[in-house]
Amino acid sequence: MWKHREEAPRSTSESGSVLPPLPPAVFPGEFDRTRGELPPVTDAAVSVGKSVVIKGELSGDEDLTIEGRVEGTIELRNHVLTIGSTGHVEAQVVAKSIVVLGHVTGNLTATEKVDIREEGSVEGDIMAPRVAIADGAEFRGSIDMQRKAPAPSMDQEVGSLTLDAKVPLPTMQDNGEMARA
Amino acid sequence: MVVTPRQVAAASPESVSRSTTLATFLTLLCARPAAEVVDLGSVVGGNITFLGDRIGCKIHVEDLYADLDRHARQDKLDQVAAFLTSRFSHLNESIDAILCWDVFDYLDQAAAYVLAEESMRMLRPGGILLAFFGGGGSSDLRYTRYCIVDESHLRHTLHAAACARRLVLQNRDILNLFGKLAVLDSILLKSGVRELLFQKPTN
Repeated sequence: MWKHREEAPRSTSESGSVLPPLPPAVFPGEFDRTRGELPPVTDAAVSVGKSVVIKGELSGDEDLTIEGRVEGTIELRNHVLTIGSTGHVEAQVVAKSIVVLGHVTGNLTATEKVDIREEGSVEGDIMAPRVAIADGAEFRGSIDMQRKAPAPSMDQEVGSLTLDAKVPLPTMQDNGEMARA
Repeated sequence: MVVTPRQVAAASPESVSRSTTLATFLTLLCARPAAEVVDLGSVVGGNITFLGDRIGCKIHVEDLYADLDRHARQDKLDQVAAFLTSRFSHLNESIDAILCWDVFDYLDQAAAYVLAEESMRMLRPGGILLAFFGGGGSSDLRYTRYCIVDESHLRHTLHAAACARRLVLQNRDILNLFGKLAVLDSILLKSGVRELLFQKPTN
């Protein structure tokens, strides 16, 4: 069978037949149903569906999207966790990156980034080197970005300060300009 | 028709203003290692990025505007003072800096007193507090969202609010309110807004 199909185009051109060559029954990398092979496992993202409720410890080695409800702990140390718009998480979460479009109550720890989108809501503490919070997102808690950048240069902005002295409050001049006494 | 904050923001012109008190605030903040900042304003991603990524602070977001909106919708603005007494879980003298923005304008006198007391309680010795006062009382149901553009500039955008500004504090009222703090810097803008930077004495 294999030999015949490989030879088919060559014999067609040699004989001058007008019939188009047969398409190969099995492309490289595909499975052959005729031989009872099972389809290969793909890398499609795993999702916790809307109606699914999980209570306990959730961990894994692949990206995960949660559209249902999870209570407990979630650990995806090398992968991306997405809490979808219908997702509701009450858990301590550790992941490489965390994207929030739904609701989260609990602390979020990411080794790369936490991204709270416009409709997202988080109540808990965030620890990640990068944090993005869109306008409209709800957040209550603390954010620790774990790294120190060099202090911005503000030599031009700050003059001398008398740290322990009370400075008189400013007054408005006749011309409407502000003035400090 | 319900007007969302996003729609109001889109319709409202943005403005950017220079703030030397912000510059001083950030300079002093940079001098405090592993500083912890309480932001009493609404959640602004740009501020979190600026303070967390560039300055390296730990930021506590305590959105009092959202609390005020909730109280206003429930017609419980008279209970804000009581609410504020237990609003903050931070330990005494555990915070290096507080960004109040103009939240005092939206409080009544009792609530303003409680918030000032709580702020002074939370601040570490040497800690700093930045507040804006005196946008003027009005029936305008909007609040200003302040976004740090750079070390000395703020972008202002207006967003829908459930309550209007209530309190216009005179200078002496402000000094009485923050009697335990020293005024480091104060600026009166042409708009009438006063920017004040306070510091808790180190004893």
